[in-house]
Amino acid sequence: MIKKEMIAMLLAGGQGSRLGVLTAKMAKPAVAFGGKYRIIDFPLSNCINSGVDTVGVLTQYQPLRLNTHIGIGIPWDLDRNIGGVTVLPPYEKSTNSEWYTGTANAVYQNLEYMESFHPEYVLILSGDHVYKMDYELMLDAHKANGAAVTIAVMPVPMEEAHRFGIMIANEKGRITEFEEKPEFPRSNLASMGIYIFNWKTLKKALVEMADQPALDFGKHVIPYCHGKGAPMYTYEFTGYWKDVGTLDSYWQANMELIDIVPEFNLYEEYWKVFTKSEIQPPQYFSEDSVVERSIIGEGTDIYGKVYHSVIGCGVTIGRNTVIRDSIIMNRTQIGNDCELYKAIVAEEVRIGNHVRLGVGGEAPNDTAPHIYNHGIVTVGERSVIPNGISVGKNAVVFGITTGADYENFCLGSGGTLIKAGD
Amino acid sequence: MQELSRKRAVCAMPIAGSYRSIDFTLSNMANSHIQKVAVFTQYNARSLNEHLSSSKWWDFGRKQGGLFVLTPTVTAENSNWYRGTADAIYQNLAFLKSSHEPYVVISSGDGVYKMDFGRVLEYHIEKKADITVVCKDMGEDTDVERFGTVSMDEDGRIREYEEKPLRAKSSTISCGIYLLRRRQLIELIEKCAEDDRYDFVRDILIRYKDIRRIYGYKMRDYWRNIASVEDYYDANMDFLKPEVRNYFFKQHPDIYSKVDDLAPAKYNVGVSVRNSLISSGCIVNGTVENSVIFKKSYIGNNCVIKNSIILNDVYIGDNTYIENCIVESRGTLRANSRYVGEEGRIRVVVERNERYMV
Repeated sequence: MIKKEMIAMLLAGGQGSRLGVLTAKMAKPAVAFGGKYRIIDFPLSNCINSGVDTVGVLTQYQPLRLNTHIGIGIPWDLDRNIGGVTVLPPYEKSTNSEWYTGTANAVYQNLEYMESFHPEYVLILSGDHVYKMDYELMLDAHKANGAAVTIAVMPVPMEEAHRFGIMIANEKGRITEFEEKPEFPRSNLASMGIYIFNWKTLKKALVEMADQPALDFGKHVIPYCHGKGAPMYTYEFTGYWKDVGTLDSYWQANMELIDIVPEFNLYEEYWKVFTKSEIQPPQYFSEDSVVERSIIGEGTDIYGKVYHSVIGCGVTIGRNTVIRDSIIMNRTQIGNDCELYKAIVAEEVRIGNHVRLGVGGEAPNDTAPHIYNHGIVTVGERSVIPNGISVGKNAVVFGITTGADYENFCLGSGGTLIKAGD
Repeated sequence: MQELSRKRAVCAMPIAGSYRSIDFTLSNMANSHIQKVAVFTQYNARSLNEHLSSSKWWDFGRKQGGLFVLTPTVTAENSNWYRGTADAIYQNLAFLKSSHEPYVVISSGDGVYKMDFGRVLEYHIEKKADITVVCKDMGEDTDVERFGTVSMDEDGRIREYEEKPLRAKSSTISCGIYLLRRRQLIELIEKCAEDDRYDFVRDILIRYKDIRRIYGYKMRDYWRNIASVEDYYDANMDFLKPEVRNYFFKQHPDIYSKVDDLAPAKYNVGVSVRNSLISSGCIVNGTVENSVIFKKSYIGNNCVIKNSIILNDVYIGDNTYIENCIVESRGTLRANSRYVGEEGRIRVVVERNERYMV
């Protein structure tokens, strides 16, 4: 009989719309991070490092990048005869066919998958956080408490607590009350969206709540279990955990990796982060290149100057080009004599010569100021920017652009140039 | 190879920052759609076996075919080590006999090259050859005495073949890559063993050159092998040339290697890197010029590294000066030390200091 003590269900179907054009063609968990990784590498690596070798990845929004990245799970050692990683997209059923309408609904639609492993516990994860966490310790706590549900929580500053789901627990960690984004929080323990359920508790809750529209863990399943009096405990996590949900927090988290001793250390031997490495050659620095305070991925050729930046794999940076405070993702090519300031340039972008990004004064973005802000200029994947173009701050470029798309070779601060259909 | 091969077989020598020399041959085989590969190992094979721990990296994890590592074993009939290349094949003749593929490519594992063996096979068939030997013109001014040299007629048939001649009659050398029919190979190897002969080149190629149709296939692209410390140094330094990097790193097909899951290389304040290759997992704080730094090395503050090769996982303490050296892998160099070799006489540095204060 097939039996796994704990299996993981990884929610990776979300768009992550606050990342703007970065998630135009891929789900948020597939977005590149830290030079060579993608965000989903962190929970997947945590799983294998914690001894969880059965992971169902629930996909829905733009899954191609994610699917090719995960493959059969070789990079994470999740290619198993029994278990391993399984990508679970929504599917047509004989009676109905619906998309995943909520986090818990997605898990509910895959009851059969979970059932086939006869698990004792199910770990619910989301694919859009950057952190290292030993789920085995969390499971130990879950067992020791005799809990039916354990929720990983993190202490946050009291003034920010109103942005989170807040847990109120007694001194033993048993949850007595919880509040979703409370105006006046009574605790600073924020839910990290990581749950361990006893399988029986989870199954019963999902089946009984099946008809709830947009069935969600935080909004419906947790209150339901609480209402039934199931023992629910918090598991306090104090390590590095980052929600890279906005362009600014994404930029910040990348830049933190550059610190001399970064809080989030990728160089540790005992808790490695695994990823699919398609590009293997070393990086080359030319005779007149300059590099300082940066991390750089494999196979990148640097002919220009790179300061305080995160550069991906297979990137080319041309002669006399200056890159500052920027994130450049895999396989992007940047020509000669360019200047990039606080730019996020997605994968496989072609930038010509004499291009300037992130120059000029501050101005709010004209279409989506809540997404494109903090002076960051964003370029979507596979975009083309021709020679001699200047792009201002808080601007966004996406698509194959030509000189005719710009006014006087210029897109001012706060400008939006999105060419759909390319 | 002096001290460098004390630690590992030549096939496992790290090359070009991220690879080992056997990666080139294995990738060529994978890219030529060869599905069944046997690797013969004997000398100091731990590094090599570790590198070959999974056949995934070259896509040899197949149901049909796969990667086989054949080491000498004691059997009822035989308790010898591999006494030569032909003997190595003879001791594993059952493997050859039980295969069904019509052709066999034999290659040494220390060559740095790209090759489509399909092309060699086409040539082999076109010439109706018994054996095809891959050859390369080295030019008049190269010292070819350490290779096997061949002379061919206009048709490409090999008329003379000398192994490591004192004075070479030809500047065309054998690259140590052979292609022939499997049945032909079995027959030749069995005859060879009957006569107590063990070497593929001396006892088969040279002895049979007038009886069998042995043809030379000239390769025109980059090829070099690593037989000495100077060769090894030069082979690595070649990758600082844009045309060599472009050929191996950018053009199809790729060369594959074992994936080490290392973090991106990191550059702190006060770094200067010029005309150098740096591999993943490195942390650089000093100056690097005209050098190749392999994976996972740490280079301390104010270090200066010039014209040198730093192998995998080396720790270099602050204020260290290194010029014209090859620093052996997993070495730990104390702060404020100085290692200088001469141009043309590269110094091999093997340092075994304690890395961590206990």
